[in-house]
Amino acid sequence: MTTATSVRVAPHQPAAARRHKKKHWATYLFITVMAIMWLLPLVWTLYTSLRPKADTDKYGYFSIAGHYSFQNFIDAWTQGGFPTYFGNSVIITVPAVLLTLFFASMMAFAVSRYSWKFNVTLLIMFTAGNLLPPQVLAAPLFELFKHTTLPYWMSDSGSLLNTYVSVIAANTAFQIGFCTFVLSNFMKAIPAELTEAARVDGASVWRQYWNVILPLTRPALAALGTLEVIFIYNDYFWPLVFIQSGNRLPVTTAINNLQGQFLSNYNLLAAGAMITVIPTLIIYLVLQRQFVAGLTLGASKG
Amino acid sequence: MAVTSADTQKAAASGRGSNPARKRRRLRQFTRRDVVVLSIMVGIPTLIQLVLVWLPTLFSIGLSFVQWNGLDFTDMKWAGLGNYQYIFQNYTPFWPAVLHNIVWLLFLGIIGTPLGLLFAVLLDQALKGTRIYQSIFFAPVMLSLALIGIIWQLFYSQDNGLLNFLLGTAGKPNAVDWLGTPGVNLWAAMIAATWRHAGYVMILYLAGLKSVDPSLREAASLDGAGAWKSFFQVVFPAMKPTNIIIVVITIIESLRAFDIVYVINRGTNGLELLSVLVIQNLIGEGQVIGVGSALAVVLLVISLVPIVFYLSRTFRKEKA
Repeated sequence: MTTATSVRVAPHQPAAARRHKKKHWATYLFITVMAIMWLLPLVWTLYTSLRPKADTDKYGYFSIAGHYSFQNFIDAWTQGGFPTYFGNSVIITVPAVLLTLFFASMMAFAVSRYSWKFNVTLLIMFTAGNLLPPQVLAAPLFELFKHTTLPYWMSDSGSLLNTYVSVIAANTAFQIGFCTFVLSNFMKAIPAELTEAARVDGASVWRQYWNVILPLTRPALAALGTLEVIFIYNDYFWPLVFIQSGNRLPVTTAINNLQGQFLSNYNLLAAGAMITVIPTLIIYLVLQRQFVAGLTLGASKG
Repeated sequence: MAVTSADTQKAAASGRGSNPARKRRRLRQFTRRDVVVLSIMVGIPTLIQLVLVWLPTLFSIGLSFVQWNGLDFTDMKWAGLGNYQYIFQNYTPFWPAVLHNIVWLLFLGIIGTPLGLLFAVLLDQALKGTRIYQSIFFAPVMLSLALIGIIWQLFYSQDNGLLNFLLGTAGKPNAVDWLGTPGVNLWAAMIAATWRHAGYVMILYLAGLKSVDPSLREAASLDGAGAWKSFFQVVFPAMKPTNIIIVVITIIESLRAFDIVYVINRGTNGLELLSVLVIQNLIGEGQVIGVGSALAVVLLVISLVPIVFYLSRTFRKEKA
């Protein structure tokens, strides 16, 4: 669109066009310098991770001499206990995302398809909940989980502390608000005639939700699902508060422990950091559009 | 066409009525089973939200008025405003933390957010390779803040970090310990936070810019407005919904700032933030639930300002 405009204007105003070109040159310079600065920390981490410690000790980190290999990745993977941490991340992220989307879509369906007295009040409550700093809820939630006594066959701590359930519950509760807000906006745009017609045909409320509205909400669910996988995978805080056993931590919280474990071996630490990026990188490459759509869905209405 | 209430009730019970009065229509559209299903659909999420978000928030307020070590409920003692008096007058990290939070907000507001806007405006033009640039600036948004803390530690490290190599000071006595020097490390952490924040802002503004009616810009340029003027007088005001979101996100992100400083040094030695002080008082050795909760309430009260602002703007139309 912008090119079309400038091309059309160019023959009439050569001076402006020249200025335009000059400005483009400056823009490229600025944006390229910024892009290089933006990449530096990541490239530095990747570069460090590819070099053996022996070489960086010998030549220094700021050098190109020596060997390059993926040995640090293999070492970090086995010594760092990554299989366990990734397993924990999956155990926490998958149910949390599914529960969040399920509950949020039900709530969004109810507030967007039917109007009753507390509609807006509930929606405000849900949206506000997502905006609170999680630290505000940390102490009471910690005490709540600590004083919820469970039989020992269910939890070795005798309470909800140190369980996956506590992290899943906190994440779900915290994310439901945002998803409800986004989904209700999306569902409001679906014509009322559709559910009306289904109702006339004798469809129950559940069928209207499950067979009529939910299939139409699929694009929003895909975008939100991608976004929530990243959000919850990247969550550092809730496991930090609720989980004490190191072997139950998800990757994101566990990498902090690697700092102590790998001590001053920056090469291993860098490799560990790169390993935790891999799942996000895959999602980034495959589902970038969904992720961006999810981010902007939430911001499109204000 | 008079419909008696008995008729309507009958119709409601059977779920099918031939000719209902308008007023009663809403009642009639549900069978009893529908009402149960709908109550469950609303009830479970609402219950989760109440029990795990709003009741804890209220409890936080309650706990800020007691003295408690978190062990036994019988140990709880009423403290009145004692905890607040303590944090305002005797708790030395409190005021530095407030100051750091304000600096953090100003840094994101003056540098991080405008930088993201600048990226968006520049990349919204039909530059060659704009998608590649967008992907580069957007990449940090996908990373967790904890990981960003680690990556930037490798960058800032005094002896082996890239920054000191580039400055030519690595290994020399004048090498700056970027993360270990109070007064310096806060800026280093804020730059790391900006690395992520600017990309986030850029993505939101790129979407915002696309939503601006192109004819608005055309009209502005026909009126002889330069690029600068047409942006600030026409395009920027037209993105009001996006602007509001960005303001709210910037404020809330700076109140929530936690992960980066906690990963660097657990939020000590010049990196104190309100959110970190809350956690330091709740986990770790001496649990001082009352003090931690009082700090949480301070954080809550400050957070309510942008939250109420945002909600009142978003839901004003619907309530009216």
